[in-house]
Amino acid sequence: MSEQYILEVNNLTKDFPGVRALDNVDFKVRRGEIHCLVGENGAGKSTLMNVVSGVYPKGSYEGHVVFKGKETHYRSTKDSELDGLAIIHQELTLSPYLSIYENLFLGHMETRFGIINWDKCLKDSYPLLKRVGLNEKPQTIVSKMSVGKQQLVEIARAISQKAELLIFDEPTSSLNDDESQKLLDLMREFRKEGITCVMISHKLDEVLSVADSITILRDGQSIVSFDLRERRVTEQEIIKEMVGRELKNLFPQKEPDIGEVVFEVKDWNVYHPDYHTMKIIDNASFHVKKGEIVSFCGPMGAGRTEMMMSIFGNSYGYGATGEIFLKGEKVSFRNPKDAIEKGVGYVSEDRKSLGLILIQDVKTNITNSSLRRLAKHGIIDKDLELRKAEQYKETLQIKTPSLQQLVRNLSGGNQQKVVLSRCLLADPDIFIVDEPTRGIDVGAKFEIYSILNDMVKEGKSVIVVSSELAEAISMSDRIYVMNEGKIKGVLNRDEATQERIMHMALID
Amino acid sequence: MSNGVHIEQISFLGLAKQNMRKLSMFIMLGMILIVFAVLTGGVNLTPRNITNIFIQNSYILILAVGMVLVIIIGNIDLSVGSVVAFSGAISAMLYNTGMGLIPTLLLSLVIGGLIGCFQAFWIAYMRIPAFIVTLAGMLLFRGLTYIITNVTPISLRDDGFKQIASGSLNIKGFSVGGLDGLSLLVMVVVILLLVWFTLHQRRRKIHNGFTVLAFRFDVYKIVALSALVMFVFTRFAAYRGIPTVVLVLFLVTALFVFITNNTVLGRYIYAVGGNAKSAKLSGINAEQVTFITHVIMGVICGLSGLVFTAYMNSALPQAGDKFELDAIASCFIGGAAASGGIGTIIGAITGGLVMGAINNGMSLMNIGADWQYVVKASILLLAVFYDIWSRKKSGLG
Repeated sequence: MSEQYILEVNNLTKDFPGVRALDNVDFKVRRGEIHCLVGENGAGKSTLMNVVSGVYPKGSYEGHVVFKGKETHYRSTKDSELDGLAIIHQELTLSPYLSIYENLFLGHMETRFGIINWDKCLKDSYPLLKRVGLNEKPQTIVSKMSVGKQQLVEIARAISQKAELLIFDEPTSSLNDDESQKLLDLMREFRKEGITCVMISHKLDEVLSVADSITILRDGQSIVSFDLRERRVTEQEIIKEMVGRELKNLFPQKEPDIGEVVFEVKDWNVYHPDYHTMKIIDNASFHVKKGEIVSFCGPMGAGRTEMMMSIFGNSYGYGATGEIFLKGEKVSFRNPKDAIEKGVGYVSEDRKSLGLILIQDVKTNITNSSLRRLAKHGIIDKDLELRKAEQYKETLQIKTPSLQQLVRNLSGGNQQKVVLSRCLLADPDIFIVDEPTRGIDVGAKFEIYSILNDMVKEGKSVIVVSSELAEAISMSDRIYVMNEGKIKGVLNRDEATQERIMHMALID
Repeated sequence: MSNGVHIEQISFLGLAKQNMRKLSMFIMLGMILIVFAVLTGGVNLTPRNITNIFIQNSYILILAVGMVLVIIIGNIDLSVGSVVAFSGAISAMLYNTGMGLIPTLLLSLVIGGLIGCFQAFWIAYMRIPAFIVTLAGMLLFRGLTYIITNVTPISLRDDGFKQIASGSLNIKGFSVGGLDGLSLLVMVVVILLLVWFTLHQRRRKIHNGFTVLAFRFDVYKIVALSALVMFVFTRFAAYRGIPTVVLVLFLVTALFVFITNNTVLGRYIYAVGGNAKSAKLSGINAEQVTFITHVIMGVICGLSGLVFTAYMNSALPQAGDKFELDAIASCFIGGAAASGGIGTIIGAITGGLVMGAINNGMSLMNIGADWQYVVKASILLLAVFYDIWSRKKSGLG
């Protein structure tokens, strides 16, 4: 084992119920370099970093992780932090109502007889903030600062604990250009000081500007590593390796029968629910035709879910503006109820906390959106309700011992079918499905694609938000590509390839 | 599917095991009654005492019906004791103006409803936690009660009002072998309705091609419930007949059992309590449902205030003290979940009867309030512990 590697991952395999997230991954990071980890959504980047940093404890995976020449035995991130390995997550983990310096030393304050020496904490915080280039008083309350500055606090917190390896999980995804540049400069600064950095990123220009090495993951496997000190690598080359998989025949055939435009959104703008000046969706316009399946692609954080939820009755964000036209008529949706009544359905990407009521049974979950139509004078026709639920259980082939089974006891694929049933029973004309196949097995995926195909056959329109490019290309008639809150372009079925989509999202 | 009957193959023990969680509170109530029957030499099961248990707990049981809705939606109401006192005082004042009983009743319900609207507005639309709004309401309405009563009891102008609580339903001269005839008649009618309803439901299920249990289980159910009905009504018949307040309680219970099981509103309450975010995205107006639930609680407080004033035969400034705690405890003993989404009206009533039976039994044994508190606390803790433990065991989380 050579000393030049600070981190070595060998033959790492990690399984989740029904899914192999990592498959025999090798990953080597040299001491003092900036190493970028790239791959499509779901390629296993975050899982790999979570294994390395002890989020998944020793024993929950197979293979070896060697840090500073020793095999690791982390039971939690606390252990890895003590060992000098810190991870800066995409979602910030600061305590929002505490000040900068309180956050900096949270969990490892200087104490005497259990009493915190706040003066020392405050004093120690100045050099740390200077080092990360954060020009704020340590007493500033964290939630009052921008996301970029909050991130700097996280980084300062990590280096205060003598971190030797810093892992950044998509650090620039919620930063503006200026803040991103500053962060990349900071990483270069760390490199000079001998601190090793690993960065997960979708932004290839940033990757190429800062990286010494690049490792590409695809479908849970490590595909290739480039050493940029040996030779130059182009964005095209990276994209090819990221998506270079064969399209297998995993998708049902469909014959499109497309009519006129039935749903149109113009100049849609949405701001962050908490930071009202931060634009999440920037002037997005799109349309959907009758009988059409339209996909929205783009990297994580592109704003696809946020846009759909804000359109669906202001379920996300602040101060949404723009126009919606339904069958040529201008409409507005005050809340989800309004949207559903006017014929729009939405299936959330987060089925457990936004799609289902886990403590209720299958029947109740299926009928929750349609109770008014199953009732007369507010009194539910329980026989009709049961028959409808039974009907959807049959047509969507929901595998459950009975309709009285609690949905929490169903598998992911069957839970998804329950959510689909609920929305279908409300009989929407425009059906928005957000990551309809996330976390479910191949067989169930095929069934769900067939359900969507059946819908458009009936003359309805389907909008799919998908992070799986292969799925989007095979399923849809048109593909909108999004990134950073903007619609970057649109591709027809015959011109869409994985390379072109990635190119449009990341480079154009 | 509609031809041929689908019968679920399950043994008696298997079925009992499946429904253990539902049955446990009835078993607990039965055991408590039996234990006190042994300890008091059967005094607690006498006609007079059974009638008393119902009358003495009626206002708490009525409150529990509203409280369980609030708990199902994921909230709590601490103000009910004070609102009972306030609406009780107002109803006494209204009655003393010479107004009839029915207008007084309706006006108390309206006043309860208005108080409910006030609190519901802050909870549902201003998004202030129910705990805080109703804590403020608890202080506010206690204060207002003291102000309007001048901290002195209001006596009622005549005995008419009192009949709501302590009166009985009788038909003069109608008795069978020394027992009250009306009670026995109602008993027979209730049992017949029970049989008809069970058979009707079964027929409907078979008609729709749904799976049903073997017929003998329906027979067991009818026999058990009939025995219970016969026990209670023969007690009433042997004493003074059916107390008026039992009729009131029955109507309230039946109405809300129906609302929770068969109406859109009821299902919305469960949906919002089960997962408010999901419910909203499913097209349910969660704020409105929360509002209505708290208004219902207010109306029920108005009714309970009226019953309590009738029971005391005067409106007391300190009336309703700790009623909120008894009502909340009834719901949790009856299987409601503090996290919302789970609970039943029948459960809350049974939980209230458990508390009432303990109070009553210990009073008969001349055990003071001090030990009653200790025993009630233990029962509450044990019952909820059992509920959570059994839920975990059966994978209900």
